[in-house]
Amino acid sequence: MKDALNMKIESMTLTGTGIPSGKAGVWCFLASEITVFGGLIGSYLVVRLGSGGWPEAAAHLSFSLALFNTLVLLTSSMTMVLAFDAVEKGDSKKLRTFLFLTILLGLVFLGVKAFEYAGKLAHGFTPGTGVFWSFYYGMTGLHALHVLAGVIVNIILFMEALGNALKPNEHRVELAGLYWHFVDIVWIFLFPLLYLT
Amino acid sequence: MSNILGDVTQGTYHEEKGFWRTYVFSTDHKVIAKQYLALSLFWAVLGGFAAYLIRWQLAYPETAAPGASWIPEPFMYEGVVPPEFYNVLITMHGTIMVFFVAMPLLLAVFGNYLIPLMIGARDMAFPRLNMLSVWVFTLASLVLLISLFVPGGAASAGWTGYPPLSAKAIYTGVNWGMNLWIVAIALEFAAFLMGGINFLTTTLNMRAPGMTLFRLPLIVWMQITAGVVFMLSVGPLIAGAVMLLLDRVIGTTFYVPEGGGQPLLWQHLFWFFGHPEVYVILLPALGIILEILPVFSRKPIFGYRPIIYSTIVAGILSFIVWAHHQYVSGIDPRLAMPFSITTILISVPFALIVFALIATLWKGSISFPTPMLFALGTLGVFLIGGLTGIFVGSAPVDIYFHDTYFVVAHFHYTLFSAVFFGGFAGLYFWFPKMFGRMMNETLGKIHFVLTFILFNTTFFPMFFLGIGGMMRRIANPMQYEFLQPLQPINVFITGSAILLLISQGIFAINFFWSLFRGRIAGPNPWQANTLEWSTSSPPPHENFHKIPTVYRGPYEYSLPETAEDWLPQNQPELEEVKK
Ligand code: HEM
Ligand SMILES: [Cu+2]
Repeated sequence: MKDALNMKIESMTLTGTGIPSGKAGVWCFLASEITVFGGLIGSYLVVRLGSGGWPEAAAHLSFSLALFNTLVLLTSSMTMVLAFDAVEKGDSKKLRTFLFLTILLGLVFLGVKAFEYAGKLAHGFTPGTGVFWSFYYGMTGLHALHVLAGVIVNIILFMEALGNALKPNEHRVELAGLYWHFVDIVWIFLFPLLYLT
Repeated sequence: MSNILGDVTQGTYHEEKGFWRTYVFSTDHKVIAKQYLALSLFWAVLGGFAAYLIRWQLAYPETAAPGASWIPEPFMYEGVVPPEFYNVLITMHGTIMVFFVAMPLLLAVFGNYLIPLMIGARDMAFPRLNMLSVWVFTLASLVLLISLFVPGGAASAGWTGYPPLSAKAIYTGVNWGMNLWIVAIALEFAAFLMGGINFLTTTLNMRAPGMTLFRLPLIVWMQITAGVVFMLSVGPLIAGAVMLLLDRVIGTTFYVPEGGGQPLLWQHLFWFFGHPEVYVILLPALGIILEILPVFSRKPIFGYRPIIYSTIVAGILSFIVWAHHQYVSGIDPRLAMPFSITTILISVPFALIVFALIATLWKGSISFPTPMLFALGTLGVFLIGGLTGIFVGSAPVDIYFHDTYFVVAHFHYTLFSAVFFGGFAGLYFWFPKMFGRMMNETLGKIHFVLTFILFNTTFFPMFFLGIGGMMRRIANPMQYEFLQPLQPINVFITGSAILLLISQGIFAINFFWSLFRGRIAGPNPWQANTLEWSTSSPPPHENFHKIPTVYRGPYEYSLPETAEDWLPQNQPELEEVKK
């Protein structure tokens, strides 16, 4: 408590950018995340442009499942924004509802993904079947791990909101939101690149 | 003025904490810097020992290396290096020196220690993330150590880990050693990403009153530029490493030609990071020199802003030179020309910085204590590295020199100068601040002279080996008839290298002796201007008793208006005192 008070007094005298440090940190983190997926997507494009026989493999993917998942993620981004809105208005009941919905939608996305993987594996399309499948599993898998991480972060926030422990640190909902939207945007790139061919 | 607010905070930060919270699980940036220092020096000893075994084998192939008979089979046979282990040695030597010595020493030690002190902050923006960083790095260190001892042997595909050699265990017989090598590097990247985020956010948001961006000491600029370059270049390699691991573990075919994969893809991803990485290492070392030169020539730095702009330009250019490592890898020859041009372009901003440094020395009242000697040594040695870089950077010459000892000599002139000359300069300079005592000058000077001479006798002859056609990464040059006449050079190099390694013992003795017996330093032994010298040595737990207010840039030496020949950043002008 005493510490927090001092920090506040001191922060008035510091020279800074005006962007809260937490937010600046998350932006830095997202910038490097962008280059991770950028590298992956760039590799995919290079390999893909240089190889024939690609569309046949891609035709085995289910467009409708992926479209459904895209809508699920987009909706979850909306509920995340609404959760942040609830924080701003100090409405803790709404906050809990929308965080819960976001978590639920994240889990639906992962469930559909698991179903999709199971189907592909059952048809004998393993990661080693060919370089298209390597990219398919590699890219969607890395993305799914990011979704999972986001779900876990949201669950932590939700638990804290339940116990009213979120109080002085509500800006964390905004930070989690930034990350969640990033994960969403990555999917917006993966969806046409992998499924729309 | 703002001092009133500063007064409120005075002395409220001292909490007594137990041993574990103070020295092990500490969030204090100064303790974290020292932890990184301990880890990097530990790795430097191992990396140096690997260099010794490499050099012994090259000079006296298949004979027992003295002092190595304790290493058990199947690594070595009573001191003799078998060829497979030679490959492990060069892989580990490169990996250790670049990722486990250079990065922690130059970025994590000096960045962590100096950034908060120099900008007048009490700690990093995210102290707990900082602690996590050093612990993830420790974990990475452990994983790399374990990888040496797993069945199948340690990673041996070179520090660059090129596929297809690295892509499948059946190609080399090395299975878990290589997997753990990838994991260790990935963890190390994670640690430095956390560090980079902290450096950048701290510098943006935690500066003391009056510390504008153009009053920052240049080493802070260098550290954050290095941090940004690292954060933006490492992503593709992280993606690449994930793909490599997947190839090895679950059988994907990203880099496996028979499955439609592209081995060349890895080279692009690796060097997209790998070239910026050499600037990630170089920039902090340049920063160290930039702090030391004005202090010991008692002159303002020449061209403060142009140096910053050059650094940023170099940082940007470093992203578009990577394919100069691949002239002979089967890339489209039409790419060689543009990459030759960008490579030669990038030497322009660095040449500018070197000229600025020489102009800083010009007509200064120069003195030569050990930190200054090492700083000048860095400059001299790096110059040869940089100039030979122009040779290997242009495709026509590189096609001849690629993968020869010319390249080995070139990158040791750049890396060794940055890491060890630069690192030693920084350690001798800030040791009094870190530990409160001075290091011994006589020992320091002997250390410098020996290191400087022996470094050159070790690495300069390698240029001749390379011109003579000796390839790098070969375990036994005597197997090639055309290399046999060059063998006396190899013997000479090995003798120098062994003496060079032994002479580092002088530093170790000086370090530990000074830690306990050195002369008490006082807050500002070098009469320098930057904020870290305004607090006690070593600084108290939260750095400053009162957050300083900054009135000017960091290099105001020998001003005609002032009585002293230095004017600290936090000292009000005389008129302002009266107010
Ligand atoms: C006493 C000091 C050192 C000696 C005697 C030494 C010697 C060598 C030699 C002979 C090689 C070539 C091995 C081969 O190609 O067969 C080598 C490779 C290498 N060294 Fe050093 N070195 C020293 C210090 C350093 C330092 C300080 C760094 C970097 C910070 C460094 C980085 C590397 C790298 C990256 C390689 C390439 C490894 C590979 O081919 O995968 N070395 N060193
Ligand atoms: Cu390069």
